[in-house]
Amino acid sequence: MRYMMFMYPGVPTEADWAPSADDVAAMTRYNEELTRAGVLLALDGLHPASEGARVSVAGGKRVVTDGPFAEAKELVGGYWIIQVKSKQEAVEWASRCPLGPDDFIEVRRVYEMSDFPADVQEAAGELSSQPPEQTVAQ
Amino acid sequence: MTASDAHVAIDAIWRIESARLIAGLARMVRDVGLAEDLAQDALVIALERWPESGVPDNPGAWLMATAKHRAIDRLRRNTRLEDKQHELARAFGLQMALAASDLEAALDDDIGDDLLRLIFTTCHPMLSTEARVALTLRLLGGLATTEIARAFLIPESTVAQRIVRAKRTLAGARVPFEVPSRGELAARLSSVLEVIYLVFNEGYSATAGDDWMRPGLCDEALRLGRILAELVPKEPEVHGLVALMEIQASRSGARTGVSGEPVLLLDQDRSRWDLLLIGRGLKALDRAEELGGRALGPYGLQAGIAACHARARTAAETNWPRIAALYAALAQIAPSPVVELNRAVAIAMTFGPGAGLELVDALASEPSLKAYHLLPSVRGDLLEKLGRLDEARAEFERAASLTHNERERELLLKRSRAGAITSR
Repeated sequence: MRYMMFMYPGVPTEADWAPSADDVAAMTRYNEELTRAGVLLALDGLHPASEGARVSVAGGKRVVTDGPFAEAKELVGGYWIIQVKSKQEAVEWASRCPLGPDDFIEVRRVYEMSDFPADVQEAAGELSSQPPEQTVAQ
Repeated sequence: MTASDAHVAIDAIWRIESARLIAGLARMVRDVGLAEDLAQDALVIALERWPESGVPDNPGAWLMATAKHRAIDRLRRNTRLEDKQHELARAFGLQMALAASDLEAALDDDIGDDLLRLIFTTCHPMLSTEARVALTLRLLGGLATTEIARAFLIPESTVAQRIVRAKRTLAGARVPFEVPSRGELAARLSSVLEVIYLVFNEGYSATAGDDWMRPGLCDEALRLGRILAELVPKEPEVHGLVALMEIQASRSGARTGVSGEPVLLLDQDRSRWDLLLIGRGLKALDRAEELGGRALGPYGLQAGIAACHARARTAAETNWPRIAALYAALAQIAPSPVVELNRAVAIAMTFGPGAGLELVDALASEPSLKAYHLLPSVRGDLLEKLGRLDEARAEFERAASLTHNERERELLLKRSRAGAITSR
């Protein structure tokens, strides 16, 4: 099964996020450990949410709110996608991540097509008989 | 921590740590069988203690320290029974090695080397293929004997026997725990790749309704392949095999229909192909090509073929001439009637069914394909395209009688009936 690990840096504001060379080295070692264990499928770090935007709907109208957002806590800073055999294995990998005092990682299982009932699978098949462009990578 | 929480946690930790643990111990005691026994001892002690004490901060180091103590205990016990002087010298040497290994354990490179030694040992060519598969899944995959048995649909006692015999064979022949020398490396590596790909294919051939351990073998093989690619990053064929498995695994969601029936590659809903795995596969293939230059090995070539399909947005956009060329290259270095049959399909797609049929007919007398259902299946397909419907129907019927897969049989019989209707 596939799990996504979301990293939530525990800093009061995103501007305070300034990892030291040691922090970066520790995180790099961790990422290498995931790679060497053959479990890492993908990972990315995200630019601050203050540089992003939120899109929502209010009264039937689309509303775009540019960052920064009021609550700086609980903003995703990055993610890993790992292939594991159980939730506990994902938890075990998350607990090996070099976390700062207020950082936390949320571990979530990724839906796979076979997790859906047959009728949903069929509907999904009808919707998308054409693959997205990325299939022709390169 | 409740006992069941602790057991679930220990399962996960075992999966992450067991291979490194066994590999490190095997370097010290020079016997993979003994190394596994010691690791198992440590696991049993963890199962007793962790429910009360909680999981230690560094469970891997805890398991290693516990296993080392067990090693020394065992040696002390043996010295009372056997030739004392000899055994004492050995115990002393072992204790020195254990002390030194604490320092070495800090170096990741050593752990990597140990893992590599372990892979080469469990995949040693002196063992039968079945023994290599069982021992590798057990010692490197951390799978229990019952899991291996369920995955391969064989009795647990058979798996247990294979593992015991394999360990005995290795110990009896005093197979050194080491990475093979340059001269031997290519042959030994191909034995390792063979084992990994065999595990993958066993999982890939699983059908709906099978125990989940069977498709789980694909994940195991991919994990082993990815680990190996990190251990020997300069070997193009390792990346070739990883590329092949990543791309094949990317299609697993599209290979069966809603009711479990097989869906042929060209009929698959490509939106169900896993883009993450395709991307990883294409990247691994790039690495294989960079390292191997023009001379791709059999896995690299097969990955190249899989990549042609992965890159095509629709079946109609498939680069068949390139696939035909890759099969021709594969036939040069790894000739087989099955490769030739596949080449015939690619030729048919490039130059028309008539050209393909010529190649297929040349295989008709091939003894190794006598019971191979895909030969009449492909021939039927080509005949159908040429409008020779009666002959096509007979071929589909023959293919249906040869396949062992119930779903595939239904599909073939359906094609045979469809041919009968059109021919009227």
